[in-house]
Amino acid sequence: MLRHLGVDVAFPEAQTCCGQIGFNGGYRKEAADVARHFVETFEPYDHIVAPSGSCSSMIKVYYPELFAGDPDMLERATAVGEKTHELTDFIVNVLGVTEIGGISEGLVTYHDSCHLLRELGISEEPRTLIQNTRGVELQEMPESDACCGFGGLFSVKFPEISAAILNEKLGNIADTGASTLVANDCGCLMHMRGALRRQGSNVRSKHIAELLAEGLD
Amino acid sequence: MPEVKTSRFKSESVKALANENIQRALGAPFAHFVDGRKSAIEADYTEESWDSMRDRAAATKAHTIERLDYYLDLLDKNVRRNGGHVHFADDAAHANQIVLDIARQHDVKTVIKSKSMVSEEMGINDVLEKNGIKPVETDLGEYIIQLAHETPFHLIAPAVHKTKGQVSELFEKFLDSAPTEDIEKLCLIARDVLRDSFAKADMGISGANFIVAETGTVVLVTNEGNGRMTTSVPRVHVAISGMEKLLPSIEDVGLFLRLLARSATGQRITSYNSFISGPRASGDEDGPEEFHLILVDNGRLNLLKDETLRESLGCIRCGACLNHCPVYRKVGGHAYGWVYPGPIGAIVSPMLTGLKQGKELPYASTLCGSCRDVCPVKIDLPKLLLDLRHKIASGGAGSMPERLGIRQWHNTMKTRKKLEGSARLGRLLQGPIARRGFIKRLPLPVVSGWTKSRDFPALPPRSFAEIWRDELSGGDRS
Repeated sequence: MLRHLGVDVAFPEAQTCCGQIGFNGGYRKEAADVARHFVETFEPYDHIVAPSGSCSSMIKVYYPELFAGDPDMLERATAVGEKTHELTDFIVNVLGVTEIGGISEGLVTYHDSCHLLRELGISEEPRTLIQNTRGVELQEMPESDACCGFGGLFSVKFPEISAAILNEKLGNIADTGASTLVANDCGCLMHMRGALRRQGSNVRSKHIAELLAEGLD
Repeated sequence: MPEVKTSRFKSESVKALANENIQRALGAPFAHFVDGRKSAIEADYTEESWDSMRDRAAATKAHTIERLDYYLDLLDKNVRRNGGHVHFADDAAHANQIVLDIARQHDVKTVIKSKSMVSEEMGINDVLEKNGIKPVETDLGEYIIQLAHETPFHLIAPAVHKTKGQVSELFEKFLDSAPTEDIEKLCLIARDVLRDSFAKADMGISGANFIVAETGTVVLVTNEGNGRMTTSVPRVHVAISGMEKLLPSIEDVGLFLRLLARSATGQRITSYNSFISGPRASGDEDGPEEFHLILVDNGRLNLLKDETLRESLGCIRCGACLNHCPVYRKVGGHAYGWVYPGPIGAIVSPMLTGLKQGKELPYASTLCGSCRDVCPVKIDLPKLLLDLRHKIASGGAGSMPERLGIRQWHNTMKTRKKLEGSARLGRLLQGPIARRGFIKRLPLPVVSGWTKSRDFPALPPRSFAEIWRDELSGGDRS
């Protein structure tokens, strides 16, 4: 999809993780090691695009906190953060594209991932791109901005609470009658998809990139 | 101080999830709070935006907390000038002793109370009872949970988890009233008892929503009028407050009253707003003969000393973060194991009662950020929760499996080679349990809870990096 939009794409193979797992767990020393590797790997590029609001917000919002006591890394991490964009933010606000040109089908409902919405303030961009995809109709779910209950480590530590929050979300998804659930974060999708499958639901879940790339040459 | 049960969050939350009454209570009443807040904010026609009001409030709180010693001195001076008494209490036991001393001095038999969360921290009702003094809560919700011998379920709706049937049973048992599920009748039963208590009480204990340093004024808001009765009818009024509740000037109060009412209940203004500056002055028609203000530390210095966590002292106890928290909305208030529940409770409770015991609480959040978005004083709750997690983990208090997991993650993410090595091992290990790309039951006990209600994705045969290498890079390898 990015190449279709004329972007020269590189995938630095040294990349691993942004460090959020350790940071959110409270293990900042370990997180800083992993984050440093991220900064070193990605700082040569003009733009850094992540298909995740959560990873993007770790880099843009929480790296400055993580490296607060290390002026050199703070400066480098801040520079990397400034050129990091979540995928739909990049497409709409950097490339200035609001229609990708793909073709899909059916009624789609969109889940606002928490970090994408509340850390980065991205909510219109993905909706615009979905609505401008041929063959697709967007049907908003009630409380699309409510958490799905994943929360990374939270769903491991408190699986029962996490499942109860998730059930609420699944009810809201079902209310729309949509055949496809779209979100911008693999964590939320893994969580919701795992339960949709377990419950034998017909609703398919897709990362927004999967939807937008359909029907492109 | 009431028993600290913060270490039981996980087991209590599972019980709450299975409790039908709690689950029902967490539905409609909270949707009402959430919708009410939203429409009160949207309907406003003030010239100033909601966000700008929140900014000003946050700045005022930060300013006051940074200069708390100065404002406490100023307050002390002004309360005394108004003819009141000021007491500083180090902890709950100290505060209780001060109340008891005042009560004994005035030969107090009955105390009426309007709602005070700090008095919950102190467990003052038990202390008074043990010393032969009868305390009566006069906020209807507080009265109900006093009869039930429970702690508040919510900061501003303490008995929201009780059904009308349960309230009727409590009234039958303690007040000999006839059973009824008519809410108006239930209110009238309580009203009769409380009216009598108001008339007879020797002393009134209140909390304080705000305290104004420059005038020595306690500001109290209630919707039932009980705050005004409590502070004006009995001979003695004792106001108890956390030492952080200060505002510099009387001119600051208007802003905070607007923020509090909208955030808490969705009202434009709370029904009763009382400004109490000392005892009855000569020429006043009513009011107490004596006024005492007790300012309680009870662990707040731990928060004040901490550059990051001190932000939590700006909390005005509106409850909006509870109402918008996906976790609180599933488990309710009692699971949090002490006086303060929800996101603010997950920060304040461990800091006031012991981080070691309360170490689960800062993790009881998905970090979704809704709490921060609705906080009227813009407390960055996720940031504070993350800071507490850091304190817990770097203090070595994380569980053994967690520490092993993080060590493994840290090691794996050092290089791509190690990551791919781990992925190869993972594919090998998942062989026997993965079916059609998913795992139905994770075998390790620490993660097996996940697959009780959801499938877990298996590692795909090839990673994106491998696909890139083989098909997408076009020889352009970075």
